[in-house]
Amino acid sequence: MLFNEPSPLETKVLTRRFGLPNSASIDTYLANDGYVAFKKAAGMKPEQIIEEMKISNLRGRGGAGFPTGMKWSFVPRTSPKPKYIVVNGDESEPGTCKDRVLIENDPHQLIEGVLIAGLAVDAHAGYIYIRGEYRYLIEIMDKAIAEAYAQGWLGKNIEGTGFDFELYTHTGAGAYECGEESALLESLEGKRGIPRIRPPFPAVAGAFQCPTVLNNVETYCAVPAILRDGGAAFAALGIPKSGGTKMTCLTGHINKPGVYELKLGFPVKQMIEEVGGGIRLGRKLKAFVPGGSSCPVLTATEVEGATMDYDSMASRKTMLGSGGVIIMDDHTCMVKAALRIMRFYAHESCGWCIPCREGTTWLKKILERFHSGGGTRGDINLIGDISRNMLGRTFCPLGDAAAMPTLSIVEKFRGEFEDHLNGKPCPYEHDMVTA
Amino acid sequence: MTFSPELEARFAKLLTSYPAGRQRSALIPMLMYAQDEVGCVSDELIEEIAKRIGVTTLVVNEVMSYYSMLHRKPLGKYHVQVCTNISCLLNDGDKLYDHACKKLGIGHKGVTADGTFSLEEVECMGACSWAPAIQVNYDFHHFVTPEKLDQLLEGLKDGPLGGPGK
Repeated sequence: MLFNEPSPLETKVLTRRFGLPNSASIDTYLANDGYVAFKKAAGMKPEQIIEEMKISNLRGRGGAGFPTGMKWSFVPRTSPKPKYIVVNGDESEPGTCKDRVLIENDPHQLIEGVLIAGLAVDAHAGYIYIRGEYRYLIEIMDKAIAEAYAQGWLGKNIEGTGFDFELYTHTGAGAYECGEESALLESLEGKRGIPRIRPPFPAVAGAFQCPTVLNNVETYCAVPAILRDGGAAFAALGIPKSGGTKMTCLTGHINKPGVYELKLGFPVKQMIEEVGGGIRLGRKLKAFVPGGSSCPVLTATEVEGATMDYDSMASRKTMLGSGGVIIMDDHTCMVKAALRIMRFYAHESCGWCIPCREGTTWLKKILERFHSGGGTRGDINLIGDISRNMLGRTFCPLGDAAAMPTLSIVEKFRGEFEDHLNGKPCPYEHDMVTA
Repeated sequence: MTFSPELEARFAKLLTSYPAGRQRSALIPMLMYAQDEVGCVSDELIEEIAKRIGVTTLVVNEVMSYYSMLHRKPLGKYHVQVCTNISCLLNDGDKLYDHACKKLGIGHKGVTADGTFSLEEVECMGACSWAPAIQVNYDFHHFVTPEKLDQLLEGLKDGPLGGPGK
């Protein structure tokens, strides 16, 4: 089911079957170009599939934005070990709820993407790791997998191609860190979700220490369209170096929150005003988060002229990230926002790297004290110092994810921190009324 | 320990879903699905799962304690999880959580005296565009207002037997 009205400004590639009757069923899928790309790929050489992926300019949609075709090409095809396809459906970056609608509305598209990845790297088994909170999606996925087995799209000798593939779902149990690829693999192996030291990268030693392709749900969901219509057609939808569309989640103070599929390079202002119907209650934009709470925030001025793509965001020293857009209006207390973001990362830090474990904990304590009116002028610099000392000093990106938004908030909204220095609780609190 | 035939079938499938010698992979899914039936990860359950997978109880304890959805103590029949993370916060998710505390008379990870409800302030659950959101057991509820929450809880109180996953 769809939770929000689609926008006429969307470019429907991954969402093209959304809204059709029984869109999650294999019958609907097959009647609407389903598994056509797999058949085409089965007739291609693996290197041709990977070449098509490279031409498409598809970049990883989980947040890191690594070129997918290149990632696949790192898998040593000649390795005597079995190879695996792993789907990251742990979706837990705050602000992000796109993989959920992709699985709910079109699970077979994901299966087909996984199968094509299997053809490309000679893998014959795959695991779809889905966060524990998404139990109903695991049920939808299990049903789709059962349908695919029953109709010969999974199992032995799929559609007479001689290609075998087994696919399983695997539930998480509540841990943000398991969205990080190596922690996900640990969790898949029945362990605590502590990241691994890399190299070796999953392409060489991933699931069960075997070569593994590990991508986000949305990344795999883009694969059938790329193989069906050609990589060039997909690339043409975006801008140079980043092809296709991005599932974008509009959240926060926006009139029409929802998940929308937009071409890469879509103007931010148009996205807020026309797709999202503008800021709620006619208020003004104060802060903009492009792709999940770990991205540095942008001010309203910085958003001028920005477009939703990797380069435009990088030039503004932030990231396109996961596509979880968070809109904060001019009544938002940025200290409170920073505090809530830090509470999350302190809760989710796995505790392995000291800069992350201690940094998140102390930043949470300082921000709590600050927001309640007990902060000192020295704390403002201290927040920045601790954040800077976390950056780049942890084995996985969680330390950076906690430090980056905090640093950007304290640097760009320093005045709001100073406003909290009067010994009283938050001066903005009475204004935070949203509706 | 005995489980329902459905759970036994699920266990059997899980134990054959991973490469030979990698049965430990089934640990977290087995705990999750068993918790739904047993009500929590009890000492007895830890021993049973450890035995079936071929690891020590220490390993099961070590792993389960990492994951926030695995609980050692029984939850209420209806486990109310209110998200207060950033996108929900911007839509008054924190006020919704305060309201839930007052309404149920319990706090974070509390259980009502009659065992009907438990409450948890949770981190992002992936409903950011439909905030504020809550989950009751595994069911999502979107755009929840204090009034909608009251109605929902009143309806559940006298409703049919629920339980995780239902």
